[in-house]
This record gives sequence, structure tokens and C-alpha cells, in this order.
Amino acid sequence: MTARRRKRRPEKWILRLYVAGNTARASSALRNLEAVCEEHLQGRYKIEVVDLLKHPQLARGDQIVALPTLVRRLPPPMKKIIGDLSNQERLLVGLNLRRGVPRRLGAA
Amino acid sequence: MWGAEHGEPGVFVAFEETKEDLIKNVRSLGYDLESFIKRRKIAIEYVRLERAEIEETGEYDLEALFIRLNDALKVTGAKRLVIDSVETLFAGLQNSGVLRSELRRLLVWLKERGITAIITGEKGVQTLTRQGLEEYVSDCVITLDHRVSDQVSTRRLRIVKYRGSAHGTNEYPFLIDEDGIVVLPITSLQLVHNASMERVSTGLPWLDQMFGGKGWFRGSSILMSGSAGTAKTTLASYFLDATCRRGERALMFQFEESPAQYLRNMRSTGLNLEPWVRKGLLTLHAARPTLYGLEFHLATMHREVLKRNPSVVVVDPLSSFTGGTFDEVNGMLMRLIDFLKGRNVTSLFTHLIPGGGPVDKTDVGVSSLMDTWIILRNSPPGHNGGRHLSILKSRGMPHSSETRAFELTNRGTVAV
Repeated sequence: MTARRRKRRPEKWILRLYVAGNTARASSALRNLEAVCEEHLQGRYKIEVVDLLKHPQLARGDQIVALPTLVRRLPPPMKKIIGDLSNQERLLVGLNLRRGVPRRLGAA
Repeated sequence: MWGAEHGEPGVFVAFEETKEDLIKNVRSLGYDLESFIKRRKIAIEYVRLERAEIEETGEYDLEALFIRLNDALKVTGAKRLVIDSVETLFAGLQNSGVLRSELRRLLVWLKERGITAIITGEKGVQTLTRQGLEEYVSDCVITLDHRVSDQVSTRRLRIVKYRGSAHGTNEYPFLIDEDGIVVLPITSLQLVHNASMERVSTGLPWLDQMFGGKGWFRGSSILMSGSAGTAKTTLASYFLDATCRRGERALMFQFEESPAQYLRNMRSTGLNLEPWVRKGLLTLHAARPTLYGLEFHLATMHREVLKRNPSVVVVDPLSSFTGGTFDEVNGMLMRLIDFLKGRNVTSLFTHLIPGGGPVDKTDVGVSSLMDTWIILRNSPPGHNGGRHLSILKSRGMPHSSETRAFELTNRGTVAV
């Protein structure tokens, strides 16, 4: 039940976005992600962008298959969201950030 | 994939097993994957897709998979690739339209790089693969299946298509055992065996006499059939004994007796085969016919023959192989006989005829495959004539047409 305790203080979010080169899809994913983060996680998030063309070996560690992939490294559990993140609703669900719905462990 | 041994490194993309599992599993087939990996001959790329972990939003492609493949291919300099299996991709990701086009792109991409790829997939209900991949992506399609007939299972393989190449269209049974995978062609039946003029003794002077005094042709096939207790095995053993006496190797497949029991029983007829076994001239191979399928028996026989390189093979008895259908048994025997003839091995098969049945009928219908057919009969009850032997046919040599009576004594088998 660590999640309940952690809920009190601001959590640190570390998000990693895997892309391959500077494609239109990659930049739109980044744009969509930044917009959501600014709205919901202002001041307590960090986005790392990994270009697999430069660091191909990094794909193995996080088991990346599709691109772009967003990995929520913190807080746990790890989550993966693939696609250009254009569907904001699903992005919020994927990140467990949807407003109005209590966080999973705090629901009871 | 195992081109790695011959200087063509490969990459294995595993969606279903981890690297460790894979190493463990192929070790049981006799491959040391670990050493290949160390020498950079094989790279295993384990790809894990957990649907529960993944949320899809918007458009995506499989570029990351390409990048990982590219990396693995570069490290090993691989020319071969295995993807096992694409089903997992389709299970892990929802957008099958994207997956299809990406797979097609992948295959084109691989082809451009001159890489031979094997992609495994599961059989669909109507189509060969669940995703209908065979229609557009591959140059060669092989289907594998596993069938159980009379509680004995056989794996089979069939080449469905192979662009730009002539290929066998039949189903080929295959086996997986500790030495790897064995495929046995069903119909490599080219009747081109050499015909030896050399004769080999049957081990019994009176029986040799019936075959023009010289015995059987080397490399011929002999069938000895008779009802229970007509000394089929005993006569076959004389043949084995004579072979070993000449210093040649003999191999016997037994499907009814254990070697120890057989040796004991033969001693009671005045034959001591144990020295030959000890010297390594005689090999006894015993197995229950129901232990495995016909294919497995055939493969075992093949392997034993290749290992021992005998000049004589005895199968005792043939009638044990009633598990399969008529065609299967017949086909298997044809392949066995062909294989043995191709190696100039003289083969002797005994065949049990159920009591009361017509003696000139073999229920496996193999008589037409045999060069020589000997029939053994017991005397009718009340007659003291012992056992009778007659030669029904013997291709290419003069042979006696009379019926000879003989007796088994503890000092040997004698004609009366």
C-alpha cells in the first residue's frame, strides 16, 4: 500500500519517449505528451526522449517494439503507451491520470 | 537457423521464450546454443509483449523492432533469421492492419539485405496461418502438423509452396529426438539398386541346398512366414550366426523378445550367439512395436543401420507392425527395404501368420516387395513329421520346389 502513502506528497514522474529520428509522428507524440503533462503534472515530471536511431541497444532494455512508445518509468508500475498519443483520453487512461476517476489503489 | 555451424550466423527473434528457456530447450535436441552465442554466431533477441502493459493511442509502427533486428543482425553478421512467432505480435498489439503492413515491410527489408527468414505462425481455421500471411509474404511455405493415429503420434511436414524451385509435394513424417530432427523421405523410390551376384549362406547346409546349394543373394530381401512355433526366429538366428562366423556384422530388431530371453531361447536349439554379441558383431535391438509410431521405428532402424553398418539385418517379426493402416505399414517396409538394398544389406523378415489363416497370404501384403519367400508349416496334429519348409518364390535363382521337413533339436536344426 505504498501508493496510498505516496499519494499525499507530490510524485515524481519520469516519462521516456522512444522515437526513431525526427519524424512527424515523433514530434506530434512529444507535443501531445507535453500538453498533457503541463495540464496534469505541472512541475513534477520529466520527459526523456530516446532516439533509437542513435541508441539502438536501448530498445532492448524496455522491450520496445512499436514506435513511438511512451514508457512511464516512475511512478511504478511501469506502463507503456504506443502510438502518437493523439487520443488524449486514452493517454490519460494509460497513465492513470484521468480526472474524476480515483487512482486504482486509492479507490477503496 | 543452424547454418551457424556452417559459417552462416543467424538471429533468432523469440516472442515466446526467453533466451534462457530457449537455450535450455534446444539443448535437449543436441545443440549447444550458448557457445554459438558466445562466438557471436547466433543472437537471440527476446521480445516481450504484454498486452496488459500496453495502451495504444494513435498511430504507430514497428520501427523499434526493425532497429533491434538491425542491431542484432549487425552484431552477428547474420544471414538467417527466425521469427517465432508472429502470432504473439498479433496477440500483443491490436491494430492488425498496421501489423500486416509492417510485417510486409519487414520482409521486403530483409530481402533487400539478402537475409533468409523463417517465420513461424499458427495454423488458422481456414487458412494456413491465422493471419493469412502465406498469401503475400513468403516464398516458401511449410506446414507442420501432429497427428495421432491409434494412439501413436507422428509429426509431419509438407512444403506447400516454394517459389522458383522444384520441391517434393508429399507429406514427410519427421521426428525430433536427442540427435535433432530427422526427416525421412517417403518416396525416394528409385529402383536402381545394384544387384549383387554374390551369395550368402543361410547358415544351414540343407537350406542352402534348396537354393541351388549357395544360399541367398547378398542384398536381397527374404521373408519367412509361418504360424506360431514354426521356428521362424530360429532359422533367422542361424542366418545371423553364419553372418557373424564370416566376420560380418549383423543387426537384429526384436519386437517380441528381450535380448536376454532371446539368447537363452536360442541356446536351447544349439545356437550360442552370446560370443558374437560380446565381440560386437551381433547387435540386438529390442523395442515394443507400440512404443512409438512407425516413423520412429523406421528412423531408429535407419540410425542403427548407419551406426553399425551391418551386412545383414533381421526384423523379428514384421507382423508386429500392425498399428498403422495397411498403406502405412506397407509404405514403411518399402522404404526400409529400399534403404537396406541401397546399402547392399541382406534383410530377413519373419512374419507370423495367425493360426488357421491361409499361409500364402501376408497381412501386410509385403510379399511382393520380397525377393525370396519361405513358408514354414507345422505338421498336422498326430503326424510326427516335425516342421516343414517350402520356398514359395526366390527371384533370379534356381530353387527347390519340394517341401522339406526339419526338426529342432538341442544340438541344432536338422533336416529329416
